[in-house]
Amino acid sequence: MAGEAPRVAPAGSARASADARLAPRRRGSARDRATALLFLAPSLLVFATFVFYPLARSIYLSFFANDLLGAPVAFVGLEQYLRIVTDPRFAQVMTTTAWFVVLTVIPSIAIGLGLALLVRPKIAGIGLFRTLLATPFAFSAAAAAVVFDVFYRPGIGLFNGLLSYIGVPPVDWLTSPAAALPSLALAVVWRHAGYTMLVCLAGLESIPDALYEASRIDGASRLAQFRYISLPLLTPTLFFLAVISTIHALQTFGEIKILTHGGPAGTTTTLVYSLYETAFGLGSSDYGLASAQGVLLMLIVLVITVVQFRVLGRRVFYA
Amino acid sequence: MTGSALRRAWRAGYYALLVAVAAVVLFPLYYAVAGSLMTDAALVAFPPALFPTELAWRNYARVMQAFPLARQYVNSMVVSLAIVAGVVVTSVLSAYAFVFIDFPFRRTAFAAFMATMMIPVESLIIPKYLLVADLGWINSFPGLIVPFVATGFGTFLMRQFFLTFPGELREAARLDGCGHWRFAWTILVPLSKHGLGVLAVYSFIAAYNQFFWPLLVTNTPDMQTLQIGLASLDTAEARAPSLIFAGVVVAIAPMLLLFYVFQRNIVRGLTAGAVK
Repeated sequence: MAGEAPRVAPAGSARASADARLAPRRRGSARDRATALLFLAPSLLVFATFVFYPLARSIYLSFFANDLLGAPVAFVGLEQYLRIVTDPRFAQVMTTTAWFVVLTVIPSIAIGLGLALLVRPKIAGIGLFRTLLATPFAFSAAAAAVVFDVFYRPGIGLFNGLLSYIGVPPVDWLTSPAAALPSLALAVVWRHAGYTMLVCLAGLESIPDALYEASRIDGASRLAQFRYISLPLLTPTLFFLAVISTIHALQTFGEIKILTHGGPAGTTTTLVYSLYETAFGLGSSDYGLASAQGVLLMLIVLVITVVQFRVLGRRVFYA
Repeated sequence: MTGSALRRAWRAGYYALLVAVAAVVLFPLYYAVAGSLMTDAALVAFPPALFPTELAWRNYARVMQAFPLARQYVNSMVVSLAIVAGVVVTSVLSAYAFVFIDFPFRRTAFAAFMATMMIPVESLIIPKYLLVADLGWINSFPGLIVPFVATGFGTFLMRQFFLTFPGELREAARLDGCGHWRFAWTILVPLSKHGLGVLAVYSFIAAYNQFFWPLLVTNTPDMQTLQIGLASLDTAEARAPSLIFAGVVVAIAPMLLLFYVFQRNIVRGLTAGAVK
């Protein structure tokens, strides 16, 4: 990875070099301008239709009350937002969302870092172990969720079967309010830790070996090397992962839809799942209220993005 | 014990640790594969069997027959490949404009492209759904493909790649009378195979694994993608675990293959912007 560093250079420096290259010339010819427009047109058309127009319509819809079929009928200003902040059900949704973020982000990063450190030594055959440990990342949300759904089955499921070997009574993994959210988080963490491991490993590999060699000569222990070299130099990577993982957690849908449907008793209904239920749930087409939740989700992600930009001084990219 | 014997013992211990950790991490994959070859009787026995005693290959034939999984496989492939083709073309064109052509509002336009990446897709799902319904694209390939044929990420990635070429390359081509279009497709693209590979693999995985959008815009099993098919397998009345596992193995096989063959490309795509 280290040799390939220029390709992932911060956007700022790349832009500066592009400008320097083009600086001596004046702002393109008419012909150049037409070509640029032609080249940008396909992307612009897609973005205008499927990003910017929906963005404007989302905000518009969030200011309206709608009939039972979802058609906006009356301008209500900020009332949908007031409904969100005053409704105790939404207080539960936001608390659940926060817990879901905590229960997925912290374990994903801790496990990803642990696995990356484990496969960092360049010993024979380590490439195989790196690939194996990253494999869960190849699973889709749906594939991982249905596998865990079978594992979690009450009574006869594999997890309860394994517990019975060590004499532990069966657990209602997905049907008890206390266990449902952690069980859901486990399925998400299993898949996501493959990603965090890959990113941590790339971060570790970008730390020059010379630093470790110099510290070894000075008699530093492995623990001291981790504490005073790896961890500080990995901080930007870990921070990036915390941001990306938080956004990923806020967007999680497939696992919730497949494993719990937001239940039991709403204990796994996060903001995204609440939005889905409000807009597309059985007998519910409250597009106004759902749009307000969508705008809220966007604002939360935007704040996180801005904070990360301020702290790291460069752009965040999560596709 | 001599120093070298100690080192050998330490190394053997380390490999044992690696194997143990890999076994835990890979257990769900192992059990999906093992379970796809077990009988349902073995899978629902309590406690369940941990490995197959006879290989029930018929589970694969059963899952392909009992559900329109073969059709959904084709749907997923068509949708993903079409999205990859679209993303590659739109990204090359727009990244080219941003790197090799000087035009007014270039910086603003690029900021708008980047802004598309910062909006969570779930926030826009309602108006997007209403729009696709208005266009008559519900339960159709255009509805599954068109909204995704351009991405800010694709433009970003290809732009980063194009920026590594010296400006003289374009100048020399221009002096030889080579226009933008010909330069982009006959000189730049062949030189950018690696970057295009990263983008193609990354886009394919993202498209193939989509769940929320295909769930919303399809409503018959023959138009659904594999991911939605998996979820229906899980909720189908029989809920036979052996069939679910066989379906999962069928669905993730191409992803595992892609992952093992193109791991370096995937990591590159993932860490673009993540690692200094």
